[in-house]
Amino acid sequence: MAAQRGTAAEALVGQVVLPGDLLLLPAHYDEDAEGERLRLSTGAAPQGRLLCGPGLRRSGAGLLVTKCGLLRHRPAGGGAFWVDSQQKRYVPVKGDHVIGIVTAKAGDVFRLDVGGSEPASLSYLAFEGATKRNRPNVQVGDLIYGQFVVANKDMEPEMVCIDSSGKSSGMGIIGQDGFLFKVSLGLIRKLLAPKCEIIQELSQLYPFELVLGMNGRIWVKAKTVQQTLIIVNILEACEYMTAEQRKQALAKLSGN
Amino acid sequence: FMQRGLDSQTKKQLEEEEKKIISEEHWYLDVPDLKEKESCIIEERSFLRCEDLVYGRMSFKGFNPEIEKLMIQMNSKCKEEEIEEDDKMEADVSDEEMARRYETLVGTIGKKFLRKRDQRVLKDDDEDDEVEEGNSSTKPSKRAKKMFLKPQD
Repeated sequence: MAAQRGTAAEALVGQVVLPGDLLLLPAHYDEDAEGERLRLSTGAAPQGRLLCGPGLRRSGAGLLVTKCGLLRHRPAGGGAFWVDSQQKRYVPVKGDHVIGIVTAKAGDVFRLDVGGSEPASLSYLAFEGATKRNRPNVQVGDLIYGQFVVANKDMEPEMVCIDSSGKSSGMGIIGQDGFLFKVSLGLIRKLLAPKCEIIQELSQLYPFELVLGMNGRIWVKAKTVQQTLIIVNILEACEYMTAEQRKQALAKLSGN
Repeated sequence: FMQRGLDSQTKKQLEEEEKKIISEEHWYLDVPDLKEKESCIIEERSFLRCEDLVYGRMSFKGFNPEIEKLMIQMNSKCKEEEIEEDDKMEADVSDEEMARRYETLVGTIGKKFLRKRDQRVLKDDDEDDEVEEGNSSTKPSKRAKKMFLKPQD
């Protein structure tokens, strides 16, 4: 099989890439400058290392695409390339903040369902201010917001509800009431973007509380059940609505 | 093998022979060492480090004030680190309050180490202060107690 000739990574930013595409990087990323390469006139050589994000894999001469989606690039901090893909099934990744549902208590450890292939484990000492005598009050069926500390394909994922300095910083048991529902992972990332219009527009409507888990789960709580359901419906539908349709829908609601 | 009474010389000879045997049997690669290439590419499976995502817990219009405080704290952590923390440290106890507390503190701890006589003086002073329309008769009698009274014949 003839070696596939790749295209320059920077030329494809913002375009659809398919698995199997080979992306070539500008020459200063690789040690051995052999082979044909499209020399792009980039500015000053970036310092630091290139980050090869989800959907991409390093292979010899460049980056190999493993998922289909749009190629994104971030020039800051050494540069990063990743593929913005859409999926509904979550795969646990270290450092992600997720919402888990407690399914079982096994001695000192809780089993949480996070939507992955295995239930995650959470030790009762991983809460802020928890000691052997002072145990957290967690029951089966509770919702927990935590982050992964171990998450690879060989081991069962483990979660904690404190960060590296020992503070909970918002993690832990999510309170009573509210509504939990599932959306696709791409929508979550859209909602978590720094200046998300959807969130800004929704925040003008009613006072409410929102917890977004990277595993596709969203928990919403508002003052009345009706308001909660309205917010849920908007969040579920806004994935496929254009900005104008969304504004129309919100205008109707704020008019009521 | 490890025999007692062997001279150190013979021991050394034995060891050398053993080493020779071992090194001849050792396999080694006849290939020049490959230079380790320093890879300039890091692989990452998390979106968190690629994109700039905000914190997942949010509250709007004062529904949950603690989370709103947390939102401000977490989202500004990305931009300005440690500047806010320093400000908070200074504002914990103002200088005036500190001086006031310290003043009273010195008095109370000082009382602890007074001798008995001095303590009684303090007590008298306190009682005198408290009892405004106090019995004046008690005063001289108390004062008199301190001095030795010669018994009258």
